[in-house]
Amino acid sequence: MSILINKDTKVITQGITGKTGQFHTEKCQEYANGKECFVAGVNPKKAGEKIFDIPIYASVKEAAAETGATVSVIYVPPAGAAAAIWEAVEADLDLAICITEGIPVRDMLEVRNKMKAKVAAGGKETLLLGPNCPGLITPDEIKIGIMPGHIHRKGRIGVVSRSGTLTYEAVAQLTEIGLGQSSAVGIGGDPINGLKHIDVMKMFNDDPDTDAVIMIGEIGGPDEAEAAQWCKANMKKPIVGFIAGVTAPAGKRMGHAGALISGGADTADAKLAIMEECGFTVTRNPSEMAKLLKAML
Amino acid sequence: MKIHEYQGKEILRKFGVTTPRGVPCFSVDEAVKAAETLGGKVWVVKAQIHAGGRGKGGGVKVAKSLDELKQYAGQILGMQLVTHQTGPEGQKVRRLLIEEGADIKKEYYVAALTDRATQKVAMMASSEGGMDIEEVAHSTPEKILKVFVDPATGLTDEQALYLSNGIGVPEGSTAQAVDTLKKLYTTYMETDASLAEINPLILEGNGTIKALDAKFNFDSNALYRHPEIVEYRDLDEEDADEIEASKFDLAYISLDGNIGCLVNGAGLAMATMDTIKLFGAEPANFLDVGGGATTEKVTEAFKIMLKNPKVKGILVNIFGGIMRCDTIATGVVTAAKEVHLSVPLVVRMKGTNEEIGKQILRDSGLPIIAADTMAEAAQKIVDAVK
Repeated sequence: MSILINKDTKVITQGITGKTGQFHTEKCQEYANGKECFVAGVNPKKAGEKIFDIPIYASVKEAAAETGATVSVIYVPPAGAAAAIWEAVEADLDLAICITEGIPVRDMLEVRNKMKAKVAAGGKETLLLGPNCPGLITPDEIKIGIMPGHIHRKGRIGVVSRSGTLTYEAVAQLTEIGLGQSSAVGIGGDPINGLKHIDVMKMFNDDPDTDAVIMIGEIGGPDEAEAAQWCKANMKKPIVGFIAGVTAPAGKRMGHAGALISGGADTADAKLAIMEECGFTVTRNPSEMAKLLKAML
Repeated sequence: MKIHEYQGKEILRKFGVTTPRGVPCFSVDEAVKAAETLGGKVWVVKAQIHAGGRGKGGGVKVAKSLDELKQYAGQILGMQLVTHQTGPEGQKVRRLLIEEGADIKKEYYVAALTDRATQKVAMMASSEGGMDIEEVAHSTPEKILKVFVDPATGLTDEQALYLSNGIGVPEGSTAQAVDTLKKLYTTYMETDASLAEINPLILEGNGTIKALDAKFNFDSNALYRHPEIVEYRDLDEEDADEIEASKFDLAYISLDGNIGCLVNGAGLAMATMDTIKLFGAEPANFLDVGGGATTEKVTEAFKIMLKNPKVKGILVNIFGGIMRCDTIATGVVTAAKEVHLSVPLVVRMKGTNEEIGKQILRDSGLPIIAADTMAEAAQKIVDAVK
């Protein structure tokens, strides 16, 4: 097993005809069971055509109805990306993965509130991963996103991180010392996003094929602390934690009113302290994440 | 992106918020003319820089005659204004705002910003206006009221009334305070701001509510749909190296240490800086070359890092995913030769085409120090600059 996706997942690619969409769709197809997984693309102007043998449909709804796909990956440029997310939600998909970087925060605020209102009104919930994320991978089964497939290896360690390259760093360390991954998830670096650390930690906790987790965070926002509090009460598996940004200057990424609302709990030192207090094995040396985890198994 | 107070007030007025009348000025002569045009007997001379805390630093003066005004304008224009936000070197004042005086009876604080936890817009208000709001949050957090706004409904009358009553706006001015709060919310949304703060919002003797200050920060992802805000950009207020870096799509922030870092990905870049500190040194910069680094980009990155005279060594840390290690290696070699690199260089690369990349570095004939892990790389560069 794994979390969120596996070799039987059927995927729609939104933005498949753009340069980025094409490049990564081809790489995803080449990875493991990718040929079977990537079953549809969306572009209203190119409906009826094919790209890499993948049929293109006019809308997500039509693509889902025709192919039975339940997941979409979004490479649509920033100005239209939030609308693309909403299209996936309106089509009642299980999961939308938004790779796009640079979406206006207001667009994300609006679409996230619409998504929550839909669920509150009894509509089907579509999970969102990202935006501004590398996607997720279940090694040897399926890769949805822009991560390099070859550094992964099938196994029983979960990885969750906001940062793309830091996820790869953790994965490569694990693979190098012989520990494979159940799933590796990049939740993205934007302030307003979908799945958070806590959501992914819950899934890893419930996944019988995940034995331990590396959780990587960054400065800013309350998410890592919230996940740590949940783990303290509920997590049954060992966790190694790292927070990037001990040396990051205050106020460079967020205005002081932003720091005000999270009560100053969003520095790297504060988050590391909370994670440690909640039973994580934390490290200040990101080169040791995998080694520390191995010692705990 | 930040803007000046007078520009923020222009935006507020456009959305119907009452502010004092004022004129931006670039010289003492302009300042005197502005005061004459405004009329009255009292004017405020306000330094226009992006940093806060201007009053305490001597950048805001009340003039009670044209002679005084001339004197203050002359003092402030061109001064290095030092505030708690500028750093010890201060910021040169190049613009002034000359404003009519206000009859301040009470000062409040109001602000709008995006709250990550609730994924809503937080509207905040406090009776403790005119003070450092971080100080208020620290010592008397109960004096800061917050409501969370769903963009589908906007700030409701109930929410605005709760804030207005909560901070003690007198009954006669409630309607205008509620109106101002709703307009501030609209301004925040319509302009794609990431912070809109009025500190102080004042109550005048005659009951009028006015924005005496305006501080805005805008979401850089949304600037493409706001050419009118991009026009407000003042490059004099920004770090020259950061502007240069942004032309090449490089995310660069200068810091105080002596080890330059060139990394792909923001998270890995921060982790690399942290590792340098862990081994006893300090990073000279944050530099994310992003996902599509070309030889040209890497060369520019080296040039920008080396402009900083404090840099005594450089650490390159690349995780090759889509971007291949051989591309980066070629870029590093070309850059090192072009800039005649004279400080130690440690390169750690991992991922796609790692071996080809390492071979290119070895074949270059340059004294590049190779490392396998981030920790080893940090240790080696720290040793090399000792």
